[in-house]
Amino acid sequence: MQTQRGNAAFYAVICVMVFMSIGPVLLMLVNSFKLDVDIISGTSGLLFLPTIQNYETALCDVLWYEPEHLDFCSLKFGGAFVNSIIIALVSTILTLVIGSMAAYALVRFRFMGRDTVSISTLMVRMVPPAVLLVPVFGLWNNEFCLDRDGLIGGLIRDTFGGRGDVCLAGTHSGIILIYVAMNLPFVIWILQSFIVQVPRSLEEAARVDGAGPFQVFFLVVLPLIKPGLAAAAIFTFRIAWNEYLLASALSDRNTKTVPILIVNNMSEFNVEWGVIMATGMLLAIPPIIFTLLASRQIITGMTAGAVKG
Amino acid sequence: MSIARVNRLSPYMFMAPAVVIMAIALIYPLGYMIWGSFRDWAPSQTIGEAEFVGLKNYITLWNDPNFHESLTVTLKFAFFVVSIEMVIGVGLALLLDRDIRGMSMLRTMLILPMMIAPVVVGLMWRYMYHPTVGTFNRTLDSLGLPRVDWLGDHALMSVIIADIWQWTPFIFILSLAALQSLPRSALEAARIDGATAWQQIIYIKLPLMMPVLIVTCLLRLIDAFKVLEVILVLTEGGPGLSTEILALRISRTATEFRELGVAAAMSNYLLLLLMLLTVGMFAFTRWQEARAARIRALAEEDS
Repeated sequence: MQTQRGNAAFYAVICVMVFMSIGPVLLMLVNSFKLDVDIISGTSGLLFLPTIQNYETALCDVLWYEPEHLDFCSLKFGGAFVNSIIIALVSTILTLVIGSMAAYALVRFRFMGRDTVSISTLMVRMVPPAVLLVPVFGLWNNEFCLDRDGLIGGLIRDTFGGRGDVCLAGTHSGIILIYVAMNLPFVIWILQSFIVQVPRSLEEAARVDGAGPFQVFFLVVLPLIKPGLAAAAIFTFRIAWNEYLLASALSDRNTKTVPILIVNNMSEFNVEWGVIMATGMLLAIPPIIFTLLASRQIITGMTAGAVKG
Repeated sequence: MSIARVNRLSPYMFMAPAVVIMAIALIYPLGYMIWGSFRDWAPSQTIGEAEFVGLKNYITLWNDPNFHESLTVTLKFAFFVVSIEMVIGVGLALLLDRDIRGMSMLRTMLILPMMIAPVVVGLMWRYMYHPTVGTFNRTLDSLGLPRVDWLGDHALMSVIIADIWQWTPFIFILSLAALQSLPRSALEAARIDGATAWQQIIYIKLPLMMPVLIVTCLLRLIDAFKVLEVILVLTEGGPGLSTEILALRISRTATEFRELGVAAAMSNYLLLLLMLLTVGMFAFTRWQEARAARIRALAEEDS
């Protein structure tokens, strides 16, 4: 009797937790299928006529047909979505390759400057994106350009011979560069704990068979740390996909990402709740899919990140 | 001979891309920012054209009541968010520490809020807090209770609630993992000696979980200073300055007031604050480890 009541309370607590954590998400999902009239009129609950009109409005620039309720496609969501995908995917891949190489070097080799590198990686992890805003804005607009006389701009000009006034700001690569740099410390840190577990004997066997250091790394070590790579990939993708502040400072009309588009539409006076919920839902879908497919890796990554501190 | 040289060079070849990228896009910008914080710097100027003003930006900020306000808001936000999340998260973990059927399913549901973009989280909560349309006020209405002006009078509290919603599962999952990896023998011994559930929690479980809890707390604390998008979407720092945390103020100083020098100085203050916190936390863990080791050594001498 006692334990039965205990059990009931126990499952009640769990149900409340699950309801609290996914309730708002479900609410957004439901609202994204409602017309604004239905959202505002207050006929709450599930009694409404679902419509995909909001999604049509959001995606009007990539649809193959013209939604009849729209005369003009003002929301360029499709373009922003493509930008987001390009930026998030490229920066995730680059971060993983570069970060896993660095983590391997830090774990497996003793070399000069190793401690400096590993301490500074730890230190820059705590730098908030807001702190990077000012210098990145200044540098990407004024110095990292092909025709100016700045430090690195001049170097790039001398080596590659750039002509026009091309700056990193406003390009995909500009945003990708800062995302890779921002995520590297975390990826290096998390992958170290996975690389340590790779048995050295495997690498030595490969080396005896005549493999060079890069072959050993790419053909032997990388396949063995796939779970770690998956965890690191999800966290990197999540940051690159969701980030707003730096992207808003660095992007222009053609390279803006989905979060910027949502914030811009929110700050206008008359909020179209249905459309904005639909865009929010579209932005949330990729992370939700990752969560459902790879929650085990996410939790491994989270615990490895916290426990191996 | 060439093989030996390749082997000696290979760590540098593995490190080089990461070091180059971090030097260009993290270290150099940070240095640039420190340098820029001593200048009267407008966005249209390059840093070389900006006038050198010494410590003026720092002194202006030091005496600026708005900056104080925003610093207080930041500290309040971080303190409440981290302490409430720690209490709820650890409490739930202690409460639910047993074999749960469908545990992986539960965890999947709980990490969902963390994976969703902060912008979208802000969006959802802004809808729920809406004075007339929002879920909370509708519920209050249907219960016959007076409406609450969530984002007006209680803006800071509302922002804190949204963050607690998003991040408590993080602490819950980490502390549950820590709890379930505790040595069973210690708990078993306590139970045999007749310790009550409370005694077990206070004298055995919590002290054994402490290292993980401290790291978790530190991670959350650092993250609490990074929060920006949720607040931006929910309140844009308002009403007044009541929710304008430092990160938001930095971005507004840079983009609206167009004073990059002041924004840089503010970033440096924030960075210093975070540095102090991190160093303090690490020193504390070191000290605690040393103490634990000393106690253990003493216990061994006694026996």
